Amino acid sequence: MNQHQAFEQRIHKALHNAQLRRNFRTAMDGIRRRRAEQFQDEAQLQALRGQARAIRNNSLGRQAELLEQLEERLTGNGIPVHWAETPEQANAIIHGILDAENARSVVKGKSMVSEETGLNHYLEQRGIEVIESDLGEYIIQMAQEPPSHIVAPAIHKNRVEVAQLFREYHPEQPYTEDIDELTGTARRVLREKFASADAGLSGVNFAVAETGTLCLVENEGNGRLSTTAPRLHIAITGIEKVVEKLSDVPPLLEILTKSATGQPITTYFNMISRPRQAGEKDGPEQVHLVLLDNGRSRIRLDDELLDTLRCIRCGACMNHCPVYVHVGGHAYGTTYPGPIGTVLEPQRLGIDQVGSLTSACSLCGACGEVCPVRIPLPKLINRLRAEAVKAQRGSDVKGHGSLRKPSEAMLWKSWSLLYRNPLLYRLFTRLATRLRLLAPSRLRPWTDYRSAPRPASRSLSELARQEGYGHE
Amino acid sequence: MNKPSAVYFFGTCLIDLLYPRAGLAGMQLIRDAGIRVIYPDGQSCCGQPAFNSGYREEALSVARSQLACFPEEHPVVVPSGSCAGMIKHHWPELFAGQPGHEQAIAVAGRTYELTEFLVDVMHLELQDLGAPTRIAIHTSCAARREMGVADRIESLLGQLANVEVLEQAHKTECCGFGGTFSVKQPDISGAMVEAKSNALQATGASRVISQDCGCLMNIGGALEKRQSDLATQHIAEFLLERTGRASE
Repeated sequence: MNQHQAFEQRIHKALHNAQLRRNFRTAMDGIRRRRAEQFQDEAQLQALRGQARAIRNNSLGRQAELLEQLEERLTGNGIPVHWAETPEQANAIIHGILDAENARSVVKGKSMVSEETGLNHYLEQRGIEVIESDLGEYIIQMAQEPPSHIVAPAIHKNRVEVAQLFREYHPEQPYTEDIDELTGTARRVLREKFASADAGLSGVNFAVAETGTLCLVENEGNGRLSTTAPRLHIAITGIEKVVEKLSDVPPLLEILTKSATGQPITTYFNMISRPRQAGEKDGPEQVHLVLLDNGRSRIRLDDELLDTLRCIRCGACMNHCPVYVHVGGHAYGTTYPGPIGTVLEPQRLGIDQVGSLTSACSLCGACGEVCPVRIPLPKLINRLRAEAVKAQRGSDVKGHGSLRKPSEAMLWKSWSLLYRNPLLYRLFTRLATRLRLLAPSRLRPWTDYRSAPRPASRSLSELARQEGYGHE
Repeated sequence: MNKPSAVYFFGTCLIDLLYPRAGLAGMQLIRDAGIRVIYPDGQSCCGQPAFNSGYREEALSVARSQLACFPEEHPVVVPSGSCAGMIKHHWPELFAGQPGHEQAIAVAGRTYELTEFLVDVMHLELQDLGAPTRIAIHTSCAARREMGVADRIESLLGQLANVEVLEQAHKTECCGFGGTFSVKQPDISGAMVEAKSNALQATGASRVISQDCGCLMNIGGALEKRQSDLATQHIAEFLLERTGRASE
């Protein structure tokens, strides 16, 4: 099965799951409304977007230098920095750190970068117990599913579906669909894990070069416990998350939480600068940072596609995407779904692997309109479509040209011949209007959902002439 | 800008072949204001279908053939948000580093979507002569986001005393057309137009008015397939009809 067929199959499955579609519709409507409530002043929103974009652009422009500074500060603070080019390297580094400390259990805060690397599976295969402590992640870990959304990983499940999972995994508890009681069960289980786990693992939202500070945004306190209760904390993130200075953080944090969940601020915001110091009562004895490239440096090579890396992972693009709302996150089949996934994943994994994603976009522009750092997502999707069918080699985009089909290329060649030649085009419209009754009433796949359009009896060009409009 | 003496009307390939009455209505609205309307003979398509499918060379060759249609400095009026958006925002990018770049930028700079032209340049004033009716507006994504002219159709319809505008759920969401998207991802597109049709039908309106014939072809086709009474119409035709100027 090629990538397109596999994608089609996932789309088909999603579209025929009425419950799944209701879950997404309801969830996305709510999250859109909450975001809009936070951004009632349009001028303020645009000013903040402009500021956030400038901060991210500055960080990306000076990334090499800032990463060096970050490493220097972190190391100085007692946090060793590990560099990984590939997911395999990142996993091996993390396993190595755990192994050296004889850590057999890990409690995880939420980390999309660890999803990129398939860390849980890697560690479990090596006999290390991994428990997700973000409630949404905990739910999908029980369901053995990947996240369907980068901020709300279990958003595809409704209350009843979650209750059924709890019944299966916690048969000792009486069945309930009460959210507070379900959360209570998870809390009891996870509290024990926080207390007993040998290591905690988290992601990073912003890594501040100036001070060597790792910022972590979260709502459940699980991030704080994962990073403070166990004796060892390992943070993993992508190299693009570095920002220049501490004063860059407040505007980014504000637009991140408002865009992501419609909150003026999250319940928890953690700033991690060093391991436990002598005389301190809590905190991990060791903190490590793993910085992953995984294709990001390659994305930097293209001046236009570089904008992809501004992303602060708020998920607003998917929340507002009319395709995502109908098919959900799993249909994409990649770690990052929705518009940002459509842009990021073909670059990261190659157009030859997941370039088909770019076809699942009507270019409506809703994503670009809400992106807090003004990534021109529709423009980049269009650009990747061009890369996918490129005739010549010589682009920095992985797998460019791999989706070019001779039949399709021929079709567009013929199309351009027809539409750039006025005489040929007039002949075509004349024939089409005169023979309109012969137009097929079945034009699949269009007519699977709609009736077929029929040419008019006279073209506008002819009617304009009849009505005495000037021709030139 | 001040009211020009003449405009070029870029009818778009879709309107030329499938919805000429919409184009003609747009031309008449402009001509009735005393502006000469020129319909350049050599026009065909802005190049958008190929551009949005990744075939930029083919898009460029068609777009380049259109440059010759607009030799004078007259504004170019386009009765479609997405085609206007293609010329205004994507031609400069498409022509970058190519012959015709300056000319493309110049044309882009004087291109208007029809409702934008009617409101911003002509300051069109309307007197509603029609019977009371209830409609819903579907603004195309290109008109709303790329061109930023969603409020023009609303203000035009707002002038019509006997027209009540009903608002559908998820008003700003795409109808699922997206040009070749509707063929490349037919099932997603189908799900989107189904949801859009449901929302529009639920308003109880008798007509859906839009500034884009692509959306109308999509929504209208879906409504027709389900044998709905809900009709679809381009804004230009509706305005002519309401002001008693419809030719038929």
